[in-house]
Formats: sequence, structure tokens, C-alpha cells
Amino acid sequence: MTEVKDISGLCSTCNFAPNCIYRQGREGPIQYCEMFAEIIEQHTGAQGGLIATLEEIQARYGYLHPEALKMVAEKSGRSLVDVYGVATFYRAFSLKPRGKHLVSVCLGTACHVRGGPAIAQELERQLKISAGQTTPDNEFTLETVNCLGACALGPIIVIDGHYFSKVKTSMVADILHRAKTGLDRVEIITDQRIFPIEVGCARCNHSLMDPRHPIDGHPSIRVTVAFDQKHGWLALSGLYGSYNSDSEYDIPSDSEVQFFCPHCHAELIGGANCSECGAPMVPMIVRGGGIVQICSRRGCKGHMLDLSGALIF
Amino acid sequence: MINMKLNGLGVTVEEGMTILEVANFYGFPIPTLCHMEGLSPYGACRLCVVEVGDGPRARLVTSCTSRAEEGMIVRTASNRVMKARMMILELLLASCPQSKIIQDLASKYQVRQQRFRQEHEDCIMCGLCVRMCEEQMMAKAIGFRGRGEKRSLGTPFDIKSEECRLCGGCIYVCPACQLRCTYTDPDKAICGGCANIHPPCYLKDKFDDMMCYMDPCVACEIKRD
Ligand code: SF4
Ligand code: FES
Ligand code: FES
Repeated sequence: MTEVKDISGLCSTCNFAPNCIYRQGREGPIQYCEMFAEIIEQHTGAQGGLIATLEEIQARYGYLHPEALKMVAEKSGRSLVDVYGVATFYRAFSLKPRGKHLVSVCLGTACHVRGGPAIAQELERQLKISAGQTTPDNEFTLETVNCLGACALGPIIVIDGHYFSKVKTSMVADILHRAKTGLDRVEIITDQRIFPIEVGCARCNHSLMDPRHPIDGHPSIRVTVAFDQKHGWLALSGLYGSYNSDSEYDIPSDSEVQFFCPHCHAELIGGANCSECGAPMVPMIVRGGGIVQICSRRGCKGHMLDLSGALIF
Repeated sequence: MINMKLNGLGVTVEEGMTILEVANFYGFPIPTLCHMEGLSPYGACRLCVVEVGDGPRARLVTSCTSRAEEGMIVRTASNRVMKARMMILELLLASCPQSKIIQDLASKYQVRQQRFRQEHEDCIMCGLCVRMCEEQMMAKAIGFRGRGEKRSLGTPFDIKSEECRLCGGCIYVCPACQLRCTYTDPDKAICGGCANIHPPCYLKDKFDDMMCYMDPCVACEIKRD
């Protein structure tokens, strides 16, 4: 960041996150960021509110700033000793700033015998820090954990929620590199549950794929939707398991939408209801056999792929 | 009123009394370490175990935290209880041999030796000071931090607490005496110069600007000899 000089002396609770709204145009010193207050207010009074409050602060700032703890204590009427006790009790809370990427190496029994310690050493060597520390450039925090519940796949590393199984020391450099360049992009290609499908209308059998409007780098599925007296197009990601979409009108979340084929104008509707929310499912024919059904409620992730079943109308 | 059997003696006690109170009332001694009148029962030291129940279903419970119940059969000094008690004393000796209170208890129960690796802990986690500070001094200046083997006792962030009113109550109740001594780090000290015996504190003048609430501060006395 360029303005690091200007903001020194101001609150650093967010680790100088670029989107901090309180820093902009302020003169120092700001003792702590007023955003804590919001979070704290949301939770006061609720049962078990302390942990929830701390969790949220941790999620927002990556760690628990001493001022945050003091403020939580003050606002919730608890003593600082109690708040501090809870904050130091749970592994999930960190009192020190964490890096952008959290690397956890499993050193549980199974991973240990499968070579976890060697992986941990290699990580320490490459990041030039020891477990529990953060690199000086704030990129990585390394920590060891005891069993992630995937023992058969050990040794395991988890980076920002992405699991790497059967890790060898030779893979470490690559994994770190990938973590730095963004794991989410890599994920779409390697995750076996996300793959492109091609679908057609169940009535006229016309393909619904629209190569002129790619989503996630693949042709999208184009349908016509109707809701609230509005009529417009909707483009869904052609990747099964991806929920990215694009539409003419903003569809309010949670509303049930009618789907139509843009070619024969028949309503895409089957007999089935969503197993998650009960809204009607929208069936589409998969090229090469089978049907895929997606929930018609905006925001519901219910979907079903049946590659063998015949479609009965 | 509740009827129960205490060491073979049929007794009638008031409802809500703990077994420890009942035993004390009838004159059966039960050793305690983490229990103190005026503070809530905590059950940390396990020294006050007694046997409750009969035959194979008898179990050991801490008398300071269990309430007397109708028809309870309690033995305060059975073989099993004595064995457990001596083992606990050995363990306490292994972790904090410099404590006068622990030494006295051990000698009272004929524990002359302990068989574990010798350690010299400053704190045995009895929680007396925490409860003292919270319940009697209304300060809540100190508390437990962390967990497992990293559990420790002190102020938040290890800095001088704003809540502490330097009453010395925590040091007064501490069975290990040197509970929160910070040796050569007077900045962090709440209490003052109550120095540890092991390792010995020889630079007494370092603590000159602090007040010691032990009168006399045993640790320093011992050191001077
Ligand atoms: S001296 Fe301070 S920490 Fe100790 S009991 Fe008194 S108020 Fe609490
Ligand atoms: S030991 Fe590593 S996942 Fe269980
Ligand atoms: S006195 Fe009962 S457990 Fe310590």
C-alpha cells in the first residue's frame, strides 16, 4: 500500500486493510477502529454472545486486538479477565495479527507417521518462520494442528480452507505458490465436483447453451425467467456446482422464479420439488443422456444431476 | 433435613450442606487445599475426596463440591480414600515442593517421598486467588489464561491491571506463596516483591519500589539466611 506512511499512528486493527473506512481522511491517533462497536452491539445480550462477538471480530480483522478485547469487556459488562480467558482458551482466536493466508499443517498421529513433521519443516524452511509465526511480509501464517479428520489422506496441509492431501516435500513450493496467486481460481479446474455440462430444453430439445455469453470461462445456460410481472433473460454458469449467474433484472433472493425455454417458450417445470426448500425443480436435459434439475428459488443451492434416469413428462 | 450415614454414624443434617461441611460439623477431618470458607467451592485440588456409596458401586467424589443427599453413605477415611489422598499429595509435592502448606499436609499423611519427576511450579492452579479477587475483593483483576499445559494465571496481557487495588488478598490465600511473583520484571508486578524460592531471588533491591504484602515476605526471609 502506498499510504502506509500517512496512516502510521492510526488504528492498525485491520492490518491496514485497504477497505477500512475509518482511516480515510483521518489524522492520528485513532486508538482503535470504531467498527468493533457495531459487531459488539449486535451480539450483546444474546446467550453465548461473547464467543460469537470474538469470532466475528476475529473473522473481520484476522486477530483480536487488545483494544478490541477491552472494548468487548466494557460494552458487554464482563470483566476483561473473563474475555481474555476465553480469547486465550480457544485455538481459533489469535491475539497476534495473522498473515493473508493461514497454512495449517496436520501433525496428528496419522499425519505424523506419514511424514507430517517433514512437511512442517519444509514449510518452515521455505517461509523462513517457525510454526505459530507470520512472515514479515504478512503473507503467510504457519500453524500446526492435531488432526483435521482426514487421516487417510495424510499428510494434510490446509491453506485458507483448501485441503491438500498426501503432500510430499517436493510439492510444498508449488502449493505455496498457488496459495499466493489465489487458490479459488485453481479450484474450479481441479475440483472434481465442478465440471462443465451442456443442457437442452426438455420440451423442444433445443440446446440452451449460449457461447456468446461465457460465465466461468464456459458457455452459459440461457433461459427466460419470469417473476413479479417481469420477464427477462437469465444466464447460468455452465459448470455443474458453480452458482454464478447473470440476468437482465436483479432477481430478489428467496423469490421463486418461473423458467421458460427461449426457443419453444414452454415452461421448464417437472413434477419434483426441491429437497432443500420445497420449491419446484427446473429440469433440463443433459447432452449425452440424463437430466439435471435446479431449484427455482433464487439463492437456494438445491440441485440434482441424474445421468441415467429417463425424463417422464 | 436429610438423613445420611457418615463413617457408619447415622446423622441428620440440613439440606444443602456439602459433604465437607457435614464431616467438619461432626468432627471428621478432611484435608483441603483449594477450599476456603467464604469462597465458592471449586474442586481443583481433589484432596478432599471421600467415598460415597456402598460395595462395588462406591465412588470417589470431592466432598467440597458435592451436596449431602438423603440416604448417602459416606466414608471419609476408607482405604481407597487414603490411597487416593496420598497419591494426590505425592503429585502436589512433585509439582510444588516449596509450599509450606503442601509440605505440612504431606507430613500429616505420612507422605515422605514422591515418585515423580520433580518440578518447581509457581502455581498449582488451585484458583484460590482468582476466587478471592472476584468474590471477596470484587476486583476481578486476575484470572486463568490459556488451557491445557499452557494454562497460566495472571492479569490480561500480563500488564499491570487497572482493576487491582493492591489488597494483597491473592497472595494471602496462595498456598504456593509466590504465585504471581514476576522476579526481575517489576513492571508487570501487581503485588510486589514476593520472590520465588526456587530459583532464588537475590537482587532484592530491584524490588525496592514495590510493596510486599506478605508480612514478612517468607520467600525473602528464607533467602537472607
Ligand atoms: S491484590 Fe489485586 S489481584 Fe490480588 S486479590 Fe487484591 S485486587 Fe485481586
Ligand atoms: S492425523 Fe492428520 S488428519 Fe488426522
Ligand atoms: S478442597 Fe475439595 S477439591 Fe480442593
